[in-house]
Amino acid sequence: MIHLWLPLVFSAALFAIGVYGVLARRNAVLVLMSIELMLNAVNVNLVAFSKSVKTGIAAVGATAAAGQIFALFVITVAAAEIGIGLAIVILIYRNRESINVDEVNLLKW
Amino acid sequence: MIAAISSQEIAFSVIAVVGIISALRLVTTKNVVHGALYLVITLAMIGAAYLVMAAEFVAWVQIVIYVGAIVVLLLFALMLTKAPIGREALDNQQRGISALVSLAILAGLVFLVLDAFRTTTFSPLQQTTTAEIGQDLFRHYVAPFEVVSILLLAALIGAIAIARKDES
Repeated sequence: MIHLWLPLVFSAALFAIGVYGVLARRNAVLVLMSIELMLNAVNVNLVAFSKSVKTGIAAVGATAAAGQIFALFVITVAAAEIGIGLAIVILIYRNRESINVDEVNLLKW
Repeated sequence: MIAAISSQEIAFSVIAVVGIISALRLVTTKNVVHGALYLVITLAMIGAAYLVMAAEFVAWVQIVIYVGAIVVLLLFALMLTKAPIGREALDNQQRGISALVSLAILAGLVFLVLDAFRTTTFSPLQQTTTAEIGQDLFRHYVAPFEVVSILLLAALIGAIAIARKDES
């Protein structure tokens, strides 16, 4: 038996570390890594609840493994996000010779 | 009353501590390449946590997609862009307030989780098999599956279109 709060606290810690990384880092690739950390924290949450809630909810068409399937969808969307994100990072580097996010301020008012 | 600690909880705690320590090193490291390698450790530990929770398919997808593909992509991006070494060069001036915000989020989440699920337990021995997930996926979630595959295709074509050098 595993207490449910164990994976939930693990995921909360990973999410908080990811938030710190996004706020405190200025290298764009490190910011993207921190975003991956936050998405993974959400996945840990989804899988833990999917193992904890044994039965699906028939009224909304949710099955017992719905949490794990949602985690798979999140992984796919994260892969798409990292592809686009790194393409933008490389484009910014080609134009400005730097990928510090605080120096990219053309759209700032 | 103190409940007995099961061996699965000990295994999960060790995995979680290793994952959290390497995640902390990831956001404080001086060298971006070390950061990517710490990310590998954290992602592998999350995969191991899925295995302890007996979610085998998600665990192997985690290893294959994240450790196999996404980290390699990040390492390529690090090689194509040069980054300085040192925390002052990699961090901005908001380190203190960022730590404050993330600690506040952590405190709030931990309080809520412990308040709501202090006594809830689950048995990971009832594993979700890959066959079960496949049946659910293609019986109940076919439309989201197709949408997400189109999304992935569009994202990859978009990434090529964005990163390509302009010929004109």
